[in-house]
Amino acid sequence: MIKILGIIIISLFLSISSYADTDGSIDLSKKNNVETKDCFEKINRGVFAFNQAINDVVFEPLAKGYRKLPSPVRTGTSNALSNLSILLTLPNNVLQGDLLLAGKNSLRFIINTTLGVVGIFDPASKVGLNEYENEDFGQTLGRWGFGEGCYIVLPVLGPSTLRDATGSIGNYIGGDAWYNVTVRNDTRYFSNFDYYASKGMGGVDFIAKNLGALDNLEENSIDFYASVRSLYLQDRRKRILNADEVIETFDDSDWEEIETQ
Amino acid sequence: MNKKIFKFFLVFFLIFQTESFATNPSDFVQSAVNRASEILKQNISKEEKMEKIELIAEEVVDIKGIAYYSLGSHRKTLSSEKKEEYFKVFKKYFLKSFSSRLAQYSDPKIQVSSEKKLNEKYTIVSSILLATEKTPQVKLDWRIITKDIHKPLIIDVVIEGVSLARVQREEFNSIIQNNNIDGLINNLNEFANK
Repeated sequence: MIKILGIIIISLFLSISSYADTDGSIDLSKKNNVETKDCFEKINRGVFAFNQAINDVVFEPLAKGYRKLPSPVRTGTSNALSNLSILLTLPNNVLQGDLLLAGKNSLRFIINTTLGVVGIFDPASKVGLNEYENEDFGQTLGRWGFGEGCYIVLPVLGPSTLRDATGSIGNYIGGDAWYNVTVRNDTRYFSNFDYYASKGMGGVDFIAKNLGALDNLEENSIDFYASVRSLYLQDRRKRILNADEVIETFDDSDWEEIETQ
Repeated sequence: MNKKIFKFFLVFFLIFQTESFATNPSDFVQSAVNRASEILKQNISKEEKMEKIELIAEEVVDIKGIAYYSLGSHRKTLSSEKKEEYFKVFKKYFLKSFSSRLAQYSDPKIQVSSEKKLNEKYTIVSSILLATEKTPQVKLDWRIITKDIHKPLIIDVVIEGVSLARVQREEFNSIIQNNNIDGLINNLNEFANK
């Protein structure tokens, strides 16, 4: 009962800044320049510093070691993790009304899990199923018109918003088939370890791919916390819009007052 | 009559010449990245690379435009003296930060793929930073200010949908909110002189 009440309160809180009258991507893109409130900035900065320390001590050394592995091993690992992520993407494709995409992603999952040996290889890309984008419940809430709510930094997991954190509850109440067969249900073939190992490996894989870029950003930022916040929020907005075109992530009025030429 | 014909051809020639010297935004971006890439390939120190990159940046980037954009709404409340003080230190900060970011790449291969004119002032040029053994392919979009067609300038780089100018603006706004404009100027100074 308390859980349900909590969900209702969070939902109400999120909907305060929601884009209730959704008119597709146009409405969403108009809201792109709305500043997301950093309601808990002091706490967030503390958690961010903690995460940085964890990153320096645990994830970065692991990522550096991982980068030394032969390229086919890294590609295979990355492919297998991407394949697993389809299990979370699929229900979100359906909830967002992208049934055709859900069909394509199902086919991609079946081909890569079987012919691609549990996703290590990617034969689906060779038959035209090469465009894959992760989706999660936070993105689905965004598509449904819910606002971001406040920006928050979660311990270990990193940047999020109240909407995205609320969305991730969906993973644990049955929305993520990989979580269901590993943690939620005690199945014969998988255990809790498989789930958490895959999530940890996903983090290492991400850091390994972006190691230079992240170090570069940190070195050249005068407020690294604010830079990461901006990167995260811009990236999420782009993912919710599913936009390839850069103009949809801008509000040109931003630039209108600048007359330097 | 001859004079009229002469005038007509003179005007026609001048108009034609003006158009023919207009710089195409895609060519402008490709040329700028090729020049930077040539420097980054050279077997010289990081500091030497940064110096050479800074010269290119001064030529192809609208530093003043980025400086004012980065201030966000605060630019409206600053006195002209403060703006001048800010811009002076911003330029130093920007050139150092920009060249330092680029100097970490040894031989970036960037291919311009298309362009989209947004309006008379702005064009988006799309390009791809090709994948290497260790890094994936990255989509780069360049916002080009084309108000002066003879001298286009880069005013933003958008990496996989993330605008660097916007990141910088939000970073600056965070510092101004917590420490006011003097705090920002101090931070920029510290960075430029470290």
